Amino acid sequence: MQITSPEFKSNSRAALADAQLQKALSNVRSGFIDKRLKAVADLPEFERLRDSAKAIKDHVLSNLDLYLEAYEGKVLAAGGKVHWCQTAEDARQAILAICRSVDARVVTKGKSMITEEIALNEFFEKNGIAPVETDLGEYIIQLRGEHPSHIIAPAVHLNKEQVEEDFRRVHDHLAPGRDLTEPEALLNEARRVLRSRYFEADVGITGANFLVAETGSSIIVTNEGNGDLTQILPKVHIVVASIEKVVPTLDDAAQILRLLARSATGQDMSVYTTVSTGPRRPGDPDGPEEYHVILLDNGRSAMLGTEFQDMLRCIRCGACMNHCPVYHAVGGHAYGWVYPGPMGAVLTPSLIGVDKGGHLPNASTFCGRCESVCPMRIPLPKMMRHWREREFERGLNPAVARYGLKTWAFFAKRPRLYRFAAAMGIPALGMFSFGKGRFSWLPFAGGWTRHRELPAPEGRTFMQQLRERDAVMKQAAR
Amino acid sequence: MTQQKVTKPRVGLFVTCLVDLFRPVVGFAAVKLIEDSGCTVDIPMAQTCCGQPAYNSGDRKDTRAIAQNTIEAFEEYDYIVAPSGSCAGMLKKHYPGLFKGDPAWEPRVAAFSAKVHELVSFLADVRGVSDIDARLDGTVTYHDSCSGLRELGIRAQPRALLGQVDGLTLRELPDSDVCCGFGGTFCVKYSDISNAIVSEKTSKIEASGADLLLAGDLGCLMNMAGKLKRQGSSVETRHVAEVLAGMTDQPPIGGRG
Repeated sequence: MQITSPEFKSNSRAALADAQLQKALSNVRSGFIDKRLKAVADLPEFERLRDSAKAIKDHVLSNLDLYLEAYEGKVLAAGGKVHWCQTAEDARQAILAICRSVDARVVTKGKSMITEEIALNEFFEKNGIAPVETDLGEYIIQLRGEHPSHIIAPAVHLNKEQVEEDFRRVHDHLAPGRDLTEPEALLNEARRVLRSRYFEADVGITGANFLVAETGSSIIVTNEGNGDLTQILPKVHIVVASIEKVVPTLDDAAQILRLLARSATGQDMSVYTTVSTGPRRPGDPDGPEEYHVILLDNGRSAMLGTEFQDMLRCIRCGACMNHCPVYHAVGGHAYGWVYPGPMGAVLTPSLIGVDKGGHLPNASTFCGRCESVCPMRIPLPKMMRHWREREFERGLNPAVARYGLKTWAFFAKRPRLYRFAAAMGIPALGMFSFGKGRFSWLPFAGGWTRHRELPAPEGRTFMQQLRERDAVMKQAAR
Repeated sequence: MTQQKVTKPRVGLFVTCLVDLFRPVVGFAAVKLIEDSGCTVDIPMAQTCCGQPAYNSGDRKDTRAIAQNTIEAFEEYDYIVAPSGSCAGMLKKHYPGLFKGDPAWEPRVAAFSAKVHELVSFLADVRGVSDIDARLDGTVTYHDSCSGLRELGIRAQPRALLGQVDGLTLRELPDSDVCCGFGGTFCVKYSDISNAIVSEKTSKIEASGADLLLAGDLGCLMNMAGKLKRQGSSVETRHVAEVLAGMTDQPPIGGRG
């Protein structure tokens, strides 16, 4: 997928001017927050669960090699196969080889952000394989040739009228006069159309919310059951997962699951939680003949031991973007790559480089709402600041900003000079407002005054007034 | 019986650069409120800014130099108080990280940061103020600035103190915990996004029916006041300390009319 993160500013301007998008985004603002709040309020141990989940992941990340090897051992014992892939290209090639080995023409897919990260659909199409997204939201955006704008609600940027239009365009074998005004009608139509595709598929691909070291299992959560059909019906099931998804035990996964749906959608649990361990065993009523795990690094091991390691605790619930004022304003596509919102602002520079992803950690007010709702207690603003430090060290931020900052810092480090400059400049600036108390325009303040008035200084600075007051008091005391 | 001389706690007021430059009345209101709570107030002249512009731009070296100045200027006081959640948060929560691994500074910054408080929470939590002597006839609404709310847990304190102001009716602002879009340099670096966020905020402020908007951080206040004024709103804007100190003779932030 094409990276447009360097164009974040123009992306966001376009997003702000897009009336359809703005209408859809108002649903994010209202749809997730109250539900999460209620789910959290109903679970007294929620805060303790957060601590515990954080501890589980921190422990795993400190012993990642051991758990991954243990996990691989169990997958092998269950009759599955693990493909260790360092890069996105390694993963694509490994997946293609598996698909070719069974002469796959159609591949069904459960919702998975990692396959977005490795741009698998485009790769399949280039290689003559038809990927079929089975999650409703993913299915919709696949019809539109788009990418997810949210990690758990991929089509959240759309309104139902747009979806209706797409369905009428693509499902042209169905009666033109059918009623598609209700969301349920859209859902039922997608379900009918997708049903036959499940049976055509030679390979089913899912992501994984967890990999379990003690059993060699992968776990996915869905609300539509599409993941189950994707992985059970075809001959081959491929799990694509990044290395930090591993947890030691099923109990550990169960603990984190209690946080996941509550943080994501405000559900106690997702409708389906599916555990798969290896291919079909003799006597099993269903299941794939082959079970493969693509274990992908793609830059994550380089985050271990750095100030960005905490990011690897992320369980992809989306709470951070659901609560982010910047995401609410511009939506997910403006971020210009796979992962939007605060988690994307930290992860994207790690995966595509800060030279390309640098805008994202800068485009934050540091309001801290993301960190306050993150079930894994990831210090997102702090890590965004670390990216700004990396940029600053490498001189990647704009020259004007650097120069301005350095000038300001020169004074801020010298209190007497600072005070002198303030006493010279501020009263003059105050007078320049001619008693109006504000400016509609000021040289070098266009970034501010384009959208708002700039309140003028009262007059003399506090420090000036204080000195005068003290002088008067001394005089009076004499 | 031995007579013990009761010495008042000594407070060093960290004025904050925005109050110093743009809104001195907040500084004088802070002095009055802290003195009324039974403390003496000093204002060290060696203070400038808390360093957030450098810190949030990734310039750790300059931030540290500014932090050292601030610590040296204030560490002798019993308390360090700032009329801003974001500056107090910087001094209290972020300074320690700047000196991690420096044995000479670690204990100093730890002792310093432990004594830092935001003004309103200092009055309510540390000084237990329950006799605010002020009057304001009108309906106000209150915005919870992000750093104060989420870094320092300031939410109940301003409401408790405003409840003691005669004549004042507080009308809660829906989504008062949502950012106003200021974000320091964010509001000029990403001014279009900032504008979208503050517009959302001002429409809620308008809908609240209040005629005065209060908050505890001048950056956020200037942002919201600037937008309200640009939109031609009649809602006025002040720092909460001005109301608590009964110092509302000055025109509101951004002027009258």
